[in-house]
Amino acid sequence: MFKIAKFIISDLIKNWIILLYAFFLLLATIGFFLLQGQGDKAILGVLNLTLMLVPMITVIFSTIYYYNMYEFMVLLMAQPLKRGSIIGSFYLGLLVSLGLAIVAGLGLPLWLMHPHWVSLVLSGVALLLSGIFIGLALLVAVWVRDKARGMGFALFLWVYFVLIFDGLVLLMMYNFSDYPIEKVVLYITFLNPVDLGRIMVLMQTEAAALMGYSGAIFQQFFSEWWGLIASLLIMLAWAFIPVAFSFRMFRDKDL
Amino acid sequence: MRIRLYFLFLVPLVSVLHFGLEAGSLHVRKGTQLDTIKEAIALAGKGDTIFVHEGTYLENQMEINKPMAIIGVNKPVIDSQGGDEIFIVKADQVLIQGLTLQNIGVSHLKDRAAIRVVEARNVIIDNNLLLNTFFGIYLQNASRCRVLNNTIRGEAYDEMNAGNAIHIWKGSQMEVINNHLSQHRDGIYFEFVDQSLIRGNTSQDNMRYGLHFMFSNYDTYEKNIFRRNGAGVAVMFSKQIRMIKNTFEENWGGSSYGILLKEISDGLMVQNTFIRNTIGVYAEGANRIKIEKNDFINNGKAMDIKGNCIDNEILSNNFIGNTFEVLTNSRSNLNHFEGNYWAQYKGYDLNKDGIGDFPHRPVNLFALITDKIPAANMLLHSFLVDALDMAERMFPEIIPEHLSDERPRIKPYTYD
Repeated sequence: MFKIAKFIISDLIKNWIILLYAFFLLLATIGFFLLQGQGDKAILGVLNLTLMLVPMITVIFSTIYYYNMYEFMVLLMAQPLKRGSIIGSFYLGLLVSLGLAIVAGLGLPLWLMHPHWVSLVLSGVALLLSGIFIGLALLVAVWVRDKARGMGFALFLWVYFVLIFDGLVLLMMYNFSDYPIEKVVLYITFLNPVDLGRIMVLMQTEAAALMGYSGAIFQQFFSEWWGLIASLLIMLAWAFIPVAFSFRMFRDKDL
Repeated sequence: MRIRLYFLFLVPLVSVLHFGLEAGSLHVRKGTQLDTIKEAIALAGKGDTIFVHEGTYLENQMEINKPMAIIGVNKPVIDSQGGDEIFIVKADQVLIQGLTLQNIGVSHLKDRAAIRVVEARNVIIDNNLLLNTFFGIYLQNASRCRVLNNTIRGEAYDEMNAGNAIHIWKGSQMEVINNHLSQHRDGIYFEFVDQSLIRGNTSQDNMRYGLHFMFSNYDTYEKNIFRRNGAGVAVMFSKQIRMIKNTFEENWGGSSYGILLKEISDGLMVQNTFIRNTIGVYAEGANRIKIEKNDFINNGKAMDIKGNCIDNEILSNNFIGNTFEVLTNSRSNLNHFEGNYWAQYKGYDLNKDGIGDFPHRPVNLFALITDKIPAANMLLHSFLVDALDMAERMFPEIIPEHLSDERPRIKPYTYD
């Protein structure tokens, strides 16, 4: 498994899209700090960019990569290899290379410009989001054989998590604003890793007090360390479940 | 010649003897015959000075009912040991200076204070240190009193069991200058106090308000610092208040404000600085206030102006790094915004006159939403919300269309 993973990683690291991705992140992060000047405001800018870009690039790139490597995978199947180790090495390869891009493009410059706890949380959230969206992309790609439909579906997932979900939540909040919905809203955030990641980072910044403004339950949950750990576990679950499903599907699939 | 020299020595000697006998000044000192302040006060005549020398005096409930001065030498300590009030001043022209007063017990029946001034004029309380006194300095129905250079530090842990550092109820022409007030319920409490001055004080870490101001008119407060107070500063039910060059900072938390203006009119707020408050200025029923040349920096909401505020002028202020700039709960706008610098202004200045070419609408859609539905805070800074906000600013549908700055500045002002 690790042999194949190593091969995929060495293939991906030379991939110019990944290099461009890392370079763009690096440029944007440094740019935000140079333009904004203040630490917290720059963090907010980087956060917005990360939450948009990381899921998008990850989900699109992973889907395309799977489809492109389809023949290679069929070739590997001819060898005495377990199916689990093939898809596993795929996931691992994508995770390591996209993760390296984030560490180089986001983590390092963030830490250098703003050596703070919040930078670590933001980098961690970006890494987790990468893991989650690679998993979702693999799930879609394994499930849908047709390339065009698969791509469409993957893109829809991105739009859903970044845009539609929030719209639905806002709509729900408007309609049920007369009820005590704070707790429900807290659980609803667990259903979207992008929102969860955003709140995890925001809670480490000045915005925390603003969030706490009459939404005490929120503040309580996310500012305590166990809240942070709980949200971390939920993010990990978000990464694990799609991956597990895609592994299973891949194992039983008639390729 | 010899006689004259002798005379020179004699004069001071006689005068010292004279005043000593007539009690012009009394010295309270441990180990001497006169070792309690209470005794000295009883002995002292009108206009005498009592010098209290170094040491700890376990005394309280000392009533001063004639003009006199009580001056501490080398910071003597007067300890009430969790008991009742220390000085009760009921005479005019009293000076209390250089003392350390401490440990007054909490009472729920009576507002015990280290120094209480009752219906007196021209009382000066200068350069004292008050530690763990339930109420610090309490002036009731007094006028022309001066409270200067005192440090008043409480040990309050909740609002129920705390008193105010400087509490003035009914009075006029008071001066509260250069005091350091901390860990009480309110730092400075003014009720029915007119034509007074509050200057250069630092009021921080109080349970409730740094400055609590009610039914007091024609007052000025300037160059004070209000920091980390439970609810910031409240100015209520007053008129003609001048607020100049004060700093309001780090009042974070739910229902915490830099300054709360409630039912006040005809005031002036100039060159104040609001840094890192949940809400910088919260105005409810405030009328004809001129808010000019203030700095609003890194606040959650720089300004929350409710719909019942009329004819306020918000001119030439800097709004920098605030999450939300202005919030209101009304669709109409009866206040005037002009010539402010808004960091969130996205316009340009083609004719280079330093003024943006189209108006700025400082009200953020999302601020209105969270005001109505606090739980919506969960979507703060999300992509959807930012997009909606951008669209709303271009084509106002929900935000008040007329609340806009027609002449937004392109660059921030620098004041000195």
